[in-house]
Amino acid sequence: MSDLLNPTLGNAPYDVMRVRQDFPILTRLVHEKKGRAGKPLVYLDNGASAQKPRAVIDAMSHLLENDYANVHRGVHFLSQRSTDLYEATRDKVARFLNAPSRENIVFTRNATEAFNLLANSWGGRFLKAGDAVVISWMEHHANIVPWQLLRDRIGINIKVVPVLDDGSLDMAAYEAMLTPEVKLVSITHASNVLGTVNPAARIARLAHAKGILVAFDGSQAAVHQPVDVQAIDADFYVFTGHKLYGPTGIGVLYGRKELLDKMPPWQGGGDMISTVSFENTTYREAPYRFEAGTPAIVEGIGLGAAIDYVSALGMSAIQAHEQRLLAYATHRLSEIEGLRIIGTAPDKAAIISFTMDGIHPHDIGTLLDRGGVAVRVGRHCAEPLMDRFGVGATARASFGLYNTEAEVDALVDAVQACKAFFG
Amino acid sequence: MFDDLRDLYQEVILDHGKHPRNFGKPAAFNRTARGDNPMCGDKIAIYLTVGADGTIQDLHFDGRGCAISQASASLMTEILRGKSMKEAEALFGYFHDMCTKDEDEQGDHGTLDEDATDKLAVLSGVREFPMRVKCATLAWHTMNAALHGEATTSTENASF
Repeated sequence: MSDLLNPTLGNAPYDVMRVRQDFPILTRLVHEKKGRAGKPLVYLDNGASAQKPRAVIDAMSHLLENDYANVHRGVHFLSQRSTDLYEATRDKVARFLNAPSRENIVFTRNATEAFNLLANSWGGRFLKAGDAVVISWMEHHANIVPWQLLRDRIGINIKVVPVLDDGSLDMAAYEAMLTPEVKLVSITHASNVLGTVNPAARIARLAHAKGILVAFDGSQAAVHQPVDVQAIDADFYVFTGHKLYGPTGIGVLYGRKELLDKMPPWQGGGDMISTVSFENTTYREAPYRFEAGTPAIVEGIGLGAAIDYVSALGMSAIQAHEQRLLAYATHRLSEIEGLRIIGTAPDKAAIISFTMDGIHPHDIGTLLDRGGVAVRVGRHCAEPLMDRFGVGATARASFGLYNTEAEVDALVDAVQACKAFFG
Repeated sequence: MFDDLRDLYQEVILDHGKHPRNFGKPAAFNRTARGDNPMCGDKIAIYLTVGADGTIQDLHFDGRGCAISQASASLMTEILRGKSMKEAEALFGYFHDMCTKDEDEQGDHGTLDEDATDKLAVLSGVREFPMRVKCATLAWHTMNAALHGEATTSTENASF
């Protein structure tokens, strides 16, 4: 995919301090109290949700103040205006993923809903008892539980690809797992805990050689690197808006058109029908048949603004910046005695999970927070993976396009202070 | 950097967190329950020996969790030994209020063992850390479940 250049930056190097000015929240202090100055916010919880640039906030409030009405139904001025803006996001998402057409793009509430759609609609129609779906040990619960619900309903099997000690996917085990009963491989493109970026093109090639379809969870990958669904040959690709600097409540399922066309609706209601009578109702074509009811109009338009924003910076430039941060943070954290990084695969997104000897991640999280450093602690919606690495929980620093090396230093200082506190 | 965190992590808590008392599964017990805090991954098991007269003769715990949850469990095992079921329930109610409510909103839990309430006071700092309340109360919820013959409890099913 081609990165659009920011017209104001031209070919200038990535200027993170200028980028930071686009995010109003980054100037705030946290834990201010009477008689005590607050701490600058060091936001390293981007893997859970990213902060929003002014462009996204403005797009949404501008819509509400100027152009808002329901979409797809009114003949009046504002309805047409809202519809145009909302549907423009579908084109933007298609370009963002290098999808062949806007008709490959289904809007959902989030990545979780996209997987539920896939399991219910595609799985419900094309899978039968005894068929198998291959997932991996590093999946988020969003790509585990929908398949378990389907298993309980129709009797499919779920096969789980193991993870190696460094956090890489066990590709030999994966290849051996592609037996005739397997109909779908549904695997994350990048792990939200380990940071591992899985070899998507190779995963797809091996599956396709056996006639097996492939779905990827791009919730983490799509925010850290360019994604080209045609280059990796994905049959389905899922991501969510709020981790891509957009609003909550809007996610995406990309699907190959010939697959979407054969999939039945999974929720019924307004907007997804062609004709309705009490005897017989017909449905609209894909992707619209999967979008029942009034959609997330404001959020959809906000996602469009977020995609414009990251595209202007360039996903490759964002990736290069974050890879520098990842290398620096990995180096600095590795120097701390008693700190163990979980996930050291060669190809990683800017996510570092760690544990510390004798200090529970929850206590790490509270102490770091008092230093102004926001990290995620816990199981990260990936309980089987925690068990795999023999940890109950981890602390996780996940970096975004606005983080700096000085913030890595702040993280390291806070971790050191935490160690001294409990030492 | 962490001055006001001393309210949460008092020395007593750090001590109990590092050296939990009554830790480990005992050879004999007659009531037990497992507790789970799915949000942070804490798991705990409580083992009670309740006498025919309803007195808690012995109690132990094991599991893993943060300093707050381990210290709270450890303190609880010290406090509840020798207490009646009724006293244990009253102390649970008192402790729960202490962790979740401002002082003027806390309920009347009857006459309580002052030595016990003094010991529990070291955990009152969690009130200022809403995300950590469940860490402090997990052991008590689990103890309560064991007392009443429920095998498991989860902080996600309890009202905090």
